[in-house]
Amino acid sequence: MASLPIVLTGQKMRWIWIDKFVEFQSGRRAVAVKNVTLAEEHLHDHFPGFSVMPETLMIEAMAQTSGILVGEAKKFQEKVILAKVKKAVFHDYVKPGDTIKLEAVIESIAPEAASTSGRITLGEKLIAEIDLMFSHIDQNLAGKKFPTENFVFTDTFKSLLHGVLVNGAASGTPESEQN
Amino acid sequence: MAMSRDQIFGEVQEVLVDALGVDDDEVTAEATLMGDLGAESIDFLDIVFRLEKAFDMKIPREELFPAESLMNNTDFVNNGKLTETGLAELRNKMPYIELGEFANDPDINKLGDLFTVNTIVSYVDSKLNAA
Repeated sequence: MASLPIVLTGQKMRWIWIDKFVEFQSGRRAVAVKNVTLAEEHLHDHFPGFSVMPETLMIEAMAQTSGILVGEAKKFQEKVILAKVKKAVFHDYVKPGDTIKLEAVIESIAPEAASTSGRITLGEKLIAEIDLMFSHIDQNLAGKKFPTENFVFTDTFKSLLHGVLVNGAASGTPESEQN
Repeated sequence: MAMSRDQIFGEVQEVLVDALGVDDDEVTAEATLMGDLGAESIDFLDIVFRLEKAFDMKIPREELFPAESLMNNTDFVNNGKLTETGLAELRNKMPYIELGEFANDPDINKLGDLFTVNTIVSYVDSKLNAA
């Protein structure tokens, strides 16, 4: 099924590391889930006989959750790039068969950047706290130029929002623009 | 909200410890953000966001750290140094900053050294007192 978007859009497949959004409040908060499976080959080696989700990949999952939240806040007009891991604290392991919930909240958003806080939970248990910063790279102060095509938010990426975004309008409590 | 300079310094110190992953005792009044505390460009935005929360104020783009906009303007920079107009603009934009020796040799490579912990404290102080 992963090849379907390529056929439909002709765009390059991006590496998607979350499965779906279950809540989305534009400009404010988003909740995504990821199912962890032993079909992910890196779990065979991390570690042999003791499979646990690498913490770096928990950061990636949170970066995707938070990054899409930040991107949608500006209607996907900005190229949103992870710029800083402000905090990453891990409290417990995630194992094959687990479904983790990733909750991201926008703390601040400005024309050139955004900062987010995030929590990963497994049921009631807190797994990780991950706070990030994203740059809107076309707004960089050095005036560097990037390709006009939005290589961050391809249609494949946006397809994750099907079901939680209706006609471009977010579900949940609408929030007025933050700046 | 009346705050003494010491209270402001304490809050700024906490912001910098969190934003830059440095120790309390490294955040002295004279420490430079880039040279001594290792701040990079994205850290400046992180610091701005954190200051906004800590002091419940809005910090407009370029007001606290106007260096980049200066450097991109040929009226203000010539041959790697700030021109008289550039220096005047810097004084105008950052009245709370102590230029000192920099005024005699306004090499733009040394511009980063102007941004010390004290610069932030003075900026916040000026904002709070103006309010």
